Amino acid sequence: MTEPLSFEMSRASLPPPRLPVAGVRSNSQLPDELRRRREPALPRLSEPEIMRHYSRLASLNYSISEQFYPLGSCTMKYNPVANEEAARFDGFAGLHPYQDDDTVQGALELMWRLEQSLAEIVGVDRITLQPAAGAHGEWTALRMIQAYHRSRGEHRTEVIVPDSAHGTNPASAALSGFTVVEVRSGADGRVDVGDLDAKLSTRVAALMLTNPNTLGLFERQILDVAEMVHATGAKLYYDGANLNALMGICRPGDMGFDAVHLNLHKTFTTPHGGGGPGAGPVGVKAELVPFLPRPTVERDDGRFRLDYDRPRSIGRVRSFYGNFGMLVRAFTYILAMGGDGLTQASKDAVLAANYVRESLEGWLEVPHRGPCMHEFVASARNLGADGVKALDVAKGLLERGFYAPTVYFPLIVPEAVMIEPTETESKATLDAFVDALREIVELARNDPEELRAEPRSLPVGRLDEVSAARNPVLRWSPD
Amino acid sequence: MPYLVHAADDREQMLDALGVRSVDDLLVDIPASIRTHELDLPEGLSEQETMRCVRELAGRNRVFEDRLWFRGGGVYRRFIPAAVAAVTSKPEFYTAYTPYQPEASQGTLQAIFEFQTLIAELTGMDVANASLYDGATALAEAAMMAVVDTGRQKVVVAGHLHPEYVEVLRCFADGRGFDVRVGVEHVATDTAAVLFQQPNFLGLFEDASGLTELAHRSGALSVATVDPISLGLIAPPGEYDADIAVGEGQQLGLPPSFGGPHVGFIACRRDLMRRLPGRLVGSTVDASGRRGFVLTLTAREQHIRRAKATSNICTNHSLCALAASVYLTYMGPEGLRQIADVSYQRAHVLAEQLSAIPGVELAFPDRQFLNEFPVRMFHVEQSLTRLRDAGILGGLPVGRWYPELDGVVVFCCTEVNDPDAIQTLVGVLSESGVAAQVPTTSGRSSEGGQGGQG
Repeated sequence: MTEPLSFEMSRASLPPPRLPVAGVRSNSQLPDELRRRREPALPRLSEPEIMRHYSRLASLNYSISEQFYPLGSCTMKYNPVANEEAARFDGFAGLHPYQDDDTVQGALELMWRLEQSLAEIVGVDRITLQPAAGAHGEWTALRMIQAYHRSRGEHRTEVIVPDSAHGTNPASAALSGFTVVEVRSGADGRVDVGDLDAKLSTRVAALMLTNPNTLGLFERQILDVAEMVHATGAKLYYDGANLNALMGICRPGDMGFDAVHLNLHKTFTTPHGGGGPGAGPVGVKAELVPFLPRPTVERDDGRFRLDYDRPRSIGRVRSFYGNFGMLVRAFTYILAMGGDGLTQASKDAVLAANYVRESLEGWLEVPHRGPCMHEFVASARNLGADGVKALDVAKGLLERGFYAPTVYFPLIVPEAVMIEPTETESKATLDAFVDALREIVELARNDPEELRAEPRSLPVGRLDEVSAARNPVLRWSPD
Repeated sequence: MPYLVHAADDREQMLDALGVRSVDDLLVDIPASIRTHELDLPEGLSEQETMRCVRELAGRNRVFEDRLWFRGGGVYRRFIPAAVAAVTSKPEFYTAYTPYQPEASQGTLQAIFEFQTLIAELTGMDVANASLYDGATALAEAAMMAVVDTGRQKVVVAGHLHPEYVEVLRCFADGRGFDVRVGVEHVATDTAAVLFQQPNFLGLFEDASGLTELAHRSGALSVATVDPISLGLIAPPGEYDADIAVGEGQQLGLPPSFGGPHVGFIACRRDLMRRLPGRLVGSTVDASGRRGFVLTLTAREQHIRRAKATSNICTNHSLCALAASVYLTYMGPEGLRQIADVSYQRAHVLAEQLSAIPGVELAFPDRQFLNEFPVRMFHVEQSLTRLRDAGILGGLPVGRWYPELDGVVVFCCTEVNDPDAIQTLVGVLSESGVAAQVPTTSGRSSEGGQGGQG
C-alpha cells in the first residue's frame, strides 16, 4: 500500500481556505521589485483530503504506541500521555520568550526545579537546559571544556573517544575543532586502560565515555580511568545515552565525570517524534559552571530570573532557552515517578535486558560476558554460514510486528544486533520478542532465501538504497 | 508506580530465569563506593496530583490574548488550523523513532520528503534537508557549509540579523575556528559567506539582491535567513540567487511555547547538496517497483563518517517539520500569500496610526518593511507597562542588543491582530500620553528595557 504525494493530489482549480481579510487598508504598497515572481508550487488540497492523507501516512508507520522498539542506545520507552497534555497547557504553550520575567515565573520555576532534579539524578552542580538534542549537548559540553582549558592558558587539541562510541562523539569533537584520538576496547568490551594510558597527554582536553558503554557493559574500572584522566588535567565527559540503566543506582558525577549530557527523549520519556524534537541538557561540576551557556535561571528570594550577566559563558548554543515544551514533559514525568519510581524504572530496565539476553543464549552469539546493564549486543555472525546478516534479522523482526534492534553498531562487534528492551515492556511482550527472534534464527537455518525476502507484508519491501544515493531524488518536481 | 508494567511475580520469574535473587546481583560491575543509596527527590505522585502541580505552575504565567500580541522578534502568534495538532498528536507520528527502518517508517519518510519539497518550493532553492533545531543553529550550519565549500575562514554578517542567531553563530565559529565579522565593509576576497536576514530583525527589508551580488563578486556564498510566511508574498532567496536559505519555521503551525521546540530549515543549490548537514530523504523503489522513501546520502553523516561528518546532528525536529508541512498544505500558495498580505496591511495601518501619536515616530521612515517595524518613543518602559496593564503584549525594545537603538521598539502585526485589537493598542498608547511626555532627565530612553543581555 502506498499513498500519493500531497503534490500529486493537488488540483489547481481548488479555492484557497477561507482566511480573514485585512479589514483595513493602508496607504502603502509593497514595491514590485520585492514581490515574488513565481508562485511556490505548494499543494492545493481541501481539509478532508489533507486529514485523510496524513492519517494514511500515519498508518504506514511503526511506533512505540503500537510496536515494541528494542532499539539499542535509543531507549524507546512509553511516552506518558499526561506529559503531552501538560505541554499543551496554554500557560506554557502560549508564552512569548521575550515576556518580562515577572510574567513567566511559573515557566522559570519549572526550569529551575527541573535543573535541580536532573542535577540530583546525575550528581552535578549546575545544568543548562538549552541544547536541543544529545549531539547538541555533547558539542555544548566540549565547548565548555575548551573554554575552561583556554581560561587556564592551555591549548589542548585532542579529544579521546572509544572505538565503541556513538558516531556523534567524534563528530561533536571535530565540530569543536578537536582532533579525535580513538582508544581501543579490550577483550572484555571495556576501555583498554593500557591503550588509554598511552594516548593520554597534556594535549588531551577530554575523554568522552558512555557508561554503561554501547555494549551495555558497566566500565567497572571507571574510578581508575577518572583518576588517570584528571591526572593529566583533562576532563571526563559522560554521554548520557545510556543513563536509563543508572537512575537511583549510580551517578555519573560520583564516578568522576565533569560534564554529563542527558537525552530527555530517551531516559525522561519525551517522545521521539519520528526524529525529534528532543532535548539534551548538560550538567557540569563547579569548575565548568562559569562557562555554561547563557542565560541561566536563578532564584533570588523566591523570585526567578534569567541571568545574562555571565562574562565567562561560552554564549548561546541555540535561540531562547531550549526546547521548553520538552522540558515540561520531562518535569511532569519526574514528578509522577519520584525518586523511588525512577530507581525502580532503571532496575526494571536492567532486569529486562538481562532476561532477554539470557533467553537468546544459544540462538544468537553474545560475544561479551554478562551480566549486562540496560542493553546488550548480540551478533548474527553465527548465521553467516547460511548467508544471513544482521540486516536480515532486523527485517525478519519487522515482518513479525516488532521494530528492529539497532544493527551494525557498535562497530567493534561484527553483525551487531543491539537490544534495549526498557522497563515499559511487559514480560509477555519480551517473551513474544524472544520467540520471534528464535523463529528467525530457525528460518535462517532452514530457508535463508525466504528470510532475505522479508518483509513481505509491510507497505513496501526492501528498498533500493544504493540507487537512492547514487541518483538522489530529494523532492517532488512540478514538471 | 506509573508507567511500570511488571507485577511482583513477573519480576520474580525473570530473576528466576537468570538464577539471581535480586537486581542487585546484576549490578556487580558497579563499585560499591559509588552506589547511590537513595535519590534526594520527592516520592512519586498520582496523575491527579502531578497534573495539579504542573497546572499550578502554568497558572503562574501570564498568557496574553493572541489578538493582543504585538511582539515578534523571532517568535510570532499566528492562526494555527486545527488540522495541525490533529496530525501531530497522532501517536503513529509522535511516538515513532528516526526512520532507520524504511519499510516500517514510510509515513514519517514520505512526510519528510514532502517537507523537503515544500521548503525547496517556498525558498525557491533546489533542495532542502529534513529539518534542523531552530533558525539560529540553521544559520550556523549554513556558515559552516560555506567555510568548508570555499576553504575560507571568515564570514560576514550584514545588517540587523537576529542577535541571538549571531550569538549562536559565534559560539559555533569559536569552536570550529573561523571568524565572524559584522558589517558589509568586511566583505573581501577571504570571505566565505555574507549572512543577512530578509526582512531583518527590525522588520526592515535588506537589499538582498545587492548583498548577494556583493558576496558573489568576492567569491563568497550568499546566505539568506528568511521568514517563511513572508515568502508567500516576497521574493524568495532562489529568485535573487542566494546560495543557501535558512530560517525558523515556528510560524508554520507551532505555538510560541516560550521559545521551543520550533524548527530550523535549510535549503541550497543542488551543487551544495552533499555539504548539507543532517537527514535527507530520497525517493526510490522496492524489488517489485513500488515507490518508497529512504534516508539517503548518509555518507555525510556522523554515524557513518564520524569525525569527518558534515555536522554532528542526529536527532532533528521531525515532528515540528510535520506541523509545518500540514500548515503549508492547508494554506496552499494563495492562502499563504493572503496571510502575508493581511499581516502587511495591518502592520502598515498600525505604523501609520502609531506614528501619528505625538512623541512616537518611525525609527527608519525611509525603509520598507513587511509586518514588523521599529518605532522610536519616549518612556519605553512605562509605555509597555501601561500596555501590559491593559492586557496587551507590546512591541519588543531592542536597545538591549543595539545601544544605538535605545528607545526603539519593534512592533509586529499578523493576521491574529484584528482591526479592533489595533485600535485598542493605539488607544491605550495615545490616551495614556506617556509617550508624549518629555522626559525630565535625558532624551529618549528605554530605561534599560528588560533583561539586559550583554
